[in-house]
Amino acid sequence: MGTFTMPSLGADMEAGTLVEWLRKAGDEVRRGDIVAVVETEKGAIEVEIFEDGRIEHLLVEAGAKVPVGTPLALVAGKGGGAPVEVQPPPAARAPSPPPVAAVPQPPPGAVAPASGAAVRASPAARRAAREKGIDLAGVTGTGPGGAVVRRDVAEARIPAPEQRGGAADLTQMRRAIAAAMARSKREIPHYYLTHSFDVTASVEAVDEYNASQPPQDRILLGALLIKAVALALHDYPEFNGFYDQGFRPSEAIHVGVAIAIRGGGLAAPAIHDADRLALPELMSRMRDLIARVRAGKFRSSEISDPTVTVSSLGDRGVETLLPIIYPPQVAIIGFGTPAPRPWIVENRVGIRSAVTVSLGADHRVSDGHKGALLLQRIAHLLESPREL
Amino acid sequence: MRRDELRRIILEEISNIAPEADLAGLGDEDDMREALDLDSMDIFNLVVALSQRLGVDIPDADAGQLVMLGTAVDYLADRAGN
Repeated sequence: MGTFTMPSLGADMEAGTLVEWLRKAGDEVRRGDIVAVVETEKGAIEVEIFEDGRIEHLLVEAGAKVPVGTPLALVAGKGGGAPVEVQPPPAARAPSPPPVAAVPQPPPGAVAPASGAAVRASPAARRAAREKGIDLAGVTGTGPGGAVVRRDVAEARIPAPEQRGGAADLTQMRRAIAAAMARSKREIPHYYLTHSFDVTASVEAVDEYNASQPPQDRILLGALLIKAVALALHDYPEFNGFYDQGFRPSEAIHVGVAIAIRGGGLAAPAIHDADRLALPELMSRMRDLIARVRAGKFRSSEISDPTVTVSSLGDRGVETLLPIIYPPQVAIIGFGTPAPRPWIVENRVGIRSAVTVSLGADHRVSDGHKGALLLQRIAHLLESPREL
Repeated sequence: MRRDELRRIILEEISNIAPEADLAGLGDEDDMREALDLDSMDIFNLVVALSQRLGVDIPDADAGQLVMLGTAVDYLADRAGN
């Protein structure tokens, strides 16, 4: 018999409130199914299970706040109740304890009114509330035990749109970012490298591809940047993984994508196995992830297991950023805004689209020489994007 | 389709993408990326939403027409055959 435990969803998380069970005892579950919703100070997180099996008993009732690691449910393995260990594992090949990312996440209030304490509500009510943008905490429940049911939500008044990033929300989010970044700067001996290169071929490849695609199937340059980083990491494993007692490289390449929340704040959930995704699929994952981050919907695995992070300033940034590593990761790669610059091509000065890539890396694990080779490999892939 | 109807649809789709954006103060000649803090993914989503809702093709090369409300209305009115 395996146990499904309260996951660690951030380096500073000590406990979480089990807001809602999405499965009940007796249900068959498959790896990746979302089985519960957990509220942390950073927001409501959908928690996945990591094995196939059947839920035998729920050990904790909705509404309870329990420490990280507390068994929440007993799970029988598929095929006759063989024991399975149901921990959020996978990124770094069964790390122990599970990898934690001190990634600042938006508090629920950043995107929807904070619910504060756990609210008892049916899944249908919760869905309806999400769709209508209603805070369940403000709805009077008429269901069993005062639980909010769908009818209560239907009759609730729709509040005026909440201004994202109110003072309280920003304070809370800023505190989470400060904790993670202070830990990073305190514990990780960073070194930084930057490298500017000609990205014209990638820009043209994107334009050429998009010209024959309907709007929903087009791609953005950002997808190529992530793919190039993911592929380059194959050859430089010392930048992909976690540092706790020592460095644990990860075979899987789960790229955390830093996503700005309008009004302030930042989250960096993972695109899993980014090195293996074709560009259209990678683009579609990026699009989905950004939409969900901005709507405040994360999955536990996306938050807890990025093995490296990419921070890209997009179209409206500046030339260079010097990013800070998210512990326990060991590297972060930044892209400044691509822009036309004077460039020497075959001994003549011309105008090319150029971008500056930067690396913040952990000196306990790697040195500048390897870091420089990594950046050159990324540049090479984007200069000749056929390999992407 | 009337221009005021197009304008209403554009604003509605922007509001779906960026629910917290203050559209009241948005002028016809403001760059929406600056005024509303929209990034390239937001503009991508706006192009997808408008092309699907209005049933018009919006070539990638024309996406720049949609970053200002005034040019967006002109462009879509033209594409929709007004």
